[in-house]
Amino acid sequence: MELIGPVTESLATHRQRLGPLSALSSGELIAELESSGLLGRGGAGFPVGRKWRTVAERSSGRAVVLANGAEGEPLSHKDRSLMAARPHLVIDGALLGARAVGADDIIFYIGIEHPAADAAIRHALAERSADIRGRAQIVSAPAGYVSGEESAAVHFVNAGDARPTMTPPRPFERGVGGRPTLVQNVESLALAALIARRGHGWYKDRGRASGIGLLTASGAVRHPGVQEIGFGSTLGDVVAAAGGLRGDSHAVLLGGYFGGWADVEEQWGLPLEPRSMRSRGLVFGCGVVHFLAADSCGVEATARVLAYLTSQSARQCGPCVFGLSAIAAATQRLATRSPQADDLDRIVRWGGQLVGRGACHHPDGAAGLLRSALDLFADDFAQHQRRRCVTVSRPERVAVA
Amino acid sequence: MDEIVVDRIRCDGHGLCAELLPERISLDDWGFPIVNRGPVPDHLVEVARRAVDICPVLALHLARSGLGAWSLSPGSSARADRRR
Amino acid sequence: MNDTLPWYATRGAGVVSLVLLTAVVVLGIVSVMRWQTASWPRFLTTGFHRNLALTTLIFLAIHVVTAVVDPFTALGWEAAIVPFSSPYRRFWLGLGVVGIYLLLAIILTSLLRPLFGPRVWRMVHWLAYAMWPVALIHSIGTGTDPRFAWMLAIEAVCVGSVIAAVTWRMRRIEPTAWRQRPATIPQVKKWS
Repeated sequence: MELIGPVTESLATHRQRLGPLSALSSGELIAELESSGLLGRGGAGFPVGRKWRTVAERSSGRAVVLANGAEGEPLSHKDRSLMAARPHLVIDGALLGARAVGADDIIFYIGIEHPAADAAIRHALAERSADIRGRAQIVSAPAGYVSGEESAAVHFVNAGDARPTMTPPRPFERGVGGRPTLVQNVESLALAALIARRGHGWYKDRGRASGIGLLTASGAVRHPGVQEIGFGSTLGDVVAAAGGLRGDSHAVLLGGYFGGWADVEEQWGLPLEPRSMRSRGLVFGCGVVHFLAADSCGVEATARVLAYLTSQSARQCGPCVFGLSAIAAATQRLATRSPQADDLDRIVRWGGQLVGRGACHHPDGAAGLLRSALDLFADDFAQHQRRRCVTVSRPERVAVA
Repeated sequence: MDEIVVDRIRCDGHGLCAELLPERISLDDWGFPIVNRGPVPDHLVEVARRAVDICPVLALHLARSGLGAWSLSPGSSARADRRR
Repeated sequence: MNDTLPWYATRGAGVVSLVLLTAVVVLGIVSVMRWQTASWPRFLTTGFHRNLALTTLIFLAIHVVTAVVDPFTALGWEAAIVPFSSPYRRFWLGLGVVGIYLLLAIILTSLLRPLFGPRVWRMVHWLAYAMWPVALIHSIGTGTDPRFAWMLAIEAVCVGSVIAAVTWRMRRIEPTAWRQRPATIPQVKKWS
């Protein structure tokens, strides 16, 4: 296992296993990453090499690296597992990022709800040289879904306010302290460190598609948890590695709350890998794979997710505050089979209006989830509008698995 | 070519922009603007400037198209490229 | 007579300015309250609010210039520029000068809003609630027409409309209260 493991790896073991930090120059590092095709693991999937190049171009030695380990997505556990098990790999990635973009300062932005990860990074920094310790600091990211958003992270470091800001300027132009900032997910940094040591060919040749990555399997499986996969492993492979399904499951949430629902049977052979998924209209996102138990209602599950996303809005933009909460309320009424006459029509209409109308992509993510739910659970929604539920055989509500 | 950009955080949903430029801006159920994407046609640019000026909170801007007003740049937390 | 023309002009322009300023303040409040009907869209309120404010400047210019050049008052330019420097009705006239400076600040920051930014603009704009009473008190204190019924009537209408508008303003919930209010989410347990 490259990225996860049962114990926190010490500096000695890390060096023994992987050798010293790569000595590639800034230009060489960026070239390797571009050739590898590594895509970011925070959820957006933006090409890492291109991002480093963009920040490097604006840097003039003043840049800042922000290693994003906030992991505000509740269904995702991979970043905290990675930081807890392989902190030195993450630190290496951050150091290489700093070298590539010309940054002295490195910030480890670690979710306050991830104490093991925080302790591991802290301890790992203590094992490093004084020079590195002097350049690095740990900032605890506040709990909440949006605090890991790029501009929110920068805003928190600058002003203690973990709410997204209106862009432009984007962090790669003006971020922490007004300086060009590389905000990169910790898993992306860890993979960058591995690619730097082994060359882009290592990354491209692994798995049936190319690359490795972390995902979190949860829900109706026997052994939920973080898995390290070679890209190209299928949904079926993930289920097998999670000990098989607990009972039956027809719907799986892919990519997290900003991802979407998919049909389990249809996607059983789906290669879990960003590009293949995108071509099927699915989202790899932050690697969440959550199975809905067969006797749980998709409408109800969707209502819960939307209620959560509503509660997590930064409440800065009207369309998110009003639109998203209205959608969540209507979906909840549908879920409890007491809808108003137009509720289903309304959520279709309102959902279409959410996209691109917030300062961040919170409403967009919710809209995507809603659309996939209306698609996959179309029959259920129609039934609920008529005050019936076909999934739940018992009249009382069943807790979501 | 100019594009209309809304500062979504500043916008308070006054809706004056939609009154002046209904060809490009409509209001949702709560009074917040829905803006047609893309450049403003030449014959509407002057009206668009007035719409920008009348916004009580200066939330509306006319930006040069293609200079990053809405482009997907590195690190955006979006799946904006899919399902548009 | 020639030397009474400036005198009439000063008083006339002054009264018109007060009425215009009253309309500007009321329209400003109507604008913030987002009032509209099917045939009166909000941009009309905003448009009138801005244009009447600029029109007021013209009448204020007439008011000040005719007051200064009037041989009867012998005021001199210093009285118009430095507040409370005129020996003639020092306090009441001084208020007028203060009022004009407040108005100029409000108008300047509004015309150059992109430069000053929304926060500064907003703070200076709130000075309108100081500027209008200052103008009113100046008018009552320096005016030589207060005994005339028509002047009292005008003042009563001005005061009445501002009080009515302000009362209306204070009663309503801020349309932007949603920014501070915490989310009202449907009662569902957090799902994970």
